[in-house]
Amino acid sequence: MIEANRKGDVWVVAEQNDGQLHDVGLELLSKGRELAETLGVRLTAVVMGADVARHAERLIHHGADRVVAAEDALLAHYQTNPYAKVLCRLIEEHKPQIVIYGATPLGRDLAPRVASALRAGLTADCTDLDIGDHVEPGTKEKYDRLLLQIRPAFGGNIIATIVNPERWPQMATVREGVMRLPDADTSRRGEVVRFKPDLSAADLPLKILDHTKTARKVNLKAARIIVAGGAGVGSKENFRLIWDLANSLGAAAGASRAAVDSGWIDKDHQVGQTGTTVRPALYIAVGISGAVQHRAGMSEAQKIVAINADPHAPIFQVAHYGIVGDMNRVIPMMIDAIKKRV
Amino acid sequence: MAYNIVVLIKQVPDTKRITGDAMRDDGTVNRSALPAVFNPEDLHALEAALELKERYGGRVTVVTMGPPMACEVLRESLERGADDVVLITDRRAAASDTLATSYILSRAVRKLDAEPRRASAGCCAGVNLVVCGRQAIDGDTAQVPPQTAEKLGWPQVTYVECVEEVAGGRLRARRNTGTGMERVECPLPCLLTVTDQAPAPRPPSAKRIMAVKKSRSRAEIERETPDPDQARARAEALQAHGLLITQWDLQDIGADLAWCGRDGSPTKVKRIQSVVLKGSGFKKVEPTEEAIATMVHELIEDHTIG
Repeated sequence: MIEANRKGDVWVVAEQNDGQLHDVGLELLSKGRELAETLGVRLTAVVMGADVARHAERLIHHGADRVVAAEDALLAHYQTNPYAKVLCRLIEEHKPQIVIYGATPLGRDLAPRVASALRAGLTADCTDLDIGDHVEPGTKEKYDRLLLQIRPAFGGNIIATIVNPERWPQMATVREGVMRLPDADTSRRGEVVRFKPDLSAADLPLKILDHTKTARKVNLKAARIIVAGGAGVGSKENFRLIWDLANSLGAAAGASRAAVDSGWIDKDHQVGQTGTTVRPALYIAVGISGAVQHRAGMSEAQKIVAINADPHAPIFQVAHYGIVGDMNRVIPMMIDAIKKRV
Repeated sequence: MAYNIVVLIKQVPDTKRITGDAMRDDGTVNRSALPAVFNPEDLHALEAALELKERYGGRVTVVTMGPPMACEVLRESLERGADDVVLITDRRAAASDTLATSYILSRAVRKLDAEPRRASAGCCAGVNLVVCGRQAIDGDTAQVPPQTAEKLGWPQVTYVECVEEVAGGRLRARRNTGTGMERVECPLPCLLTVTDQAPAPRPPSAKRIMAVKKSRSRAEIERETPDPDQARARAEALQAHGLLITQWDLQDIGADLAWCGRDGSPTKVKRIQSVVLKGSGFKKVEPTEEAIATMVHELIEDHTIG
């Protein structure tokens, strides 16, 4: 167990795959910067792999004061045990007060293993983080400046704020795409610390036999804005309008199952229970009635605009803005308004 | 070579059917207003275990932690083909977060691991494999399985879609890394989590439904039969027919209470807010140029766009 260390850094675990930094780490650095400044401590990025110190500059440009690069040939391809071992050792040595991870498949595999080994608290899939005080209801004990970990639960029907008052570091995984990814500031300077973990083959229980990359046509999870079309769009030709609105916003195109099954758009674009679950900053649902299976995949969007000809469509129950009307008229008006303002 | 397989499952409220009625005015969830179901991905975990048993022989033991009502999913496991089921129920386990839950489950696996009868059933000694669903639909955290693996000191293989083979004390599986597929080989014992892309669960068998219909745990019997003597007689009768569901409390599994329940949970819920939008909670925008321009302006102002 790690003692509470009020002077400890804020850490971001920056994920890399095959020599590429994952965007989520850079997003977390922008949030981590805010947290570190509120607490008056340094922001450290930790990157693990075979040859990763070369990512240090980019991590610093995105907000890190310091980069810890753990390099070992045995870390070349991710597997849980050696990554968890290295990270635990670094955390025990440096005692950060906060450690945040991307809630990617890798982050969700690694972080709980580390939390269990350190007997620390971990909150999954946060959509926001903040610093705030907390009074424990049972003991009335007051804790200053804890990490407030904000996450949806119960299929997105409630938002919970979680704290870890006693057992540190305070750890959380954060959804991809929910934090902003600002441009790099190339004037930033920082410190680079190299760490040699000296792993041995015994630290790697798994043998990776082979791995393949599946190129996805679209990364809906990472999209800040999604414009999605459903059965109400009516035809593949009309679906062009969905793409036009998406392009005007720099958004990704999504679809309901009905639109995918009609062959208007590829399955990679499907949002919902059997497609991708998304929580973008803005979700524009066009001609989507809003069956529960679709809503399960998008109701956690921060803002939802529903455009539908049927005023009784259930999509309006989750919408923040509702437009009852013909999309063929409404979408061009929206594109026009966006072009004038931006 | 036959294998002892433990499947960890959870009974969850059916979050897909949450309506305004299931939310109290203070923003908390009224669990009793929701149907309780077998966590969907746990059904795939059970199926993966049953398929391995069919291929190699062995025993499938299903374990759940929860209130006595959770026996419903244990009975369903028996109907689908599980050999044994275990209910872990204890008021002192209430309010456990993922870390405390994983500690309790790891203690239960350890207890099963030490049971001598598992060594004599033609299997490798002890528990060889734990299979879990990737995540439960009430919390969606996916944390309990990796934390349980860590507590056991076993390697974990997450997001498995297909177990290809188990041979020579090693398991070969195909897992989805999110960016592609990976085939890995892992020594036993280990813990797997499976996704809904793994083979679909078999339906309960009609014959087994009849056979296990009367099975009960002691906690259920006590609730249904208030007279202690009658309850004891009923439990003995069920036991004689192999229909008494094994029930353990925290003491039975040798759990240190400091690591269980609220005290054993480092994470605390500070606040809960309901986000169920009851109809007409939206701003109605007329399909006119002016109204749409105002909406776009608001979205730019609050940094949603741009």
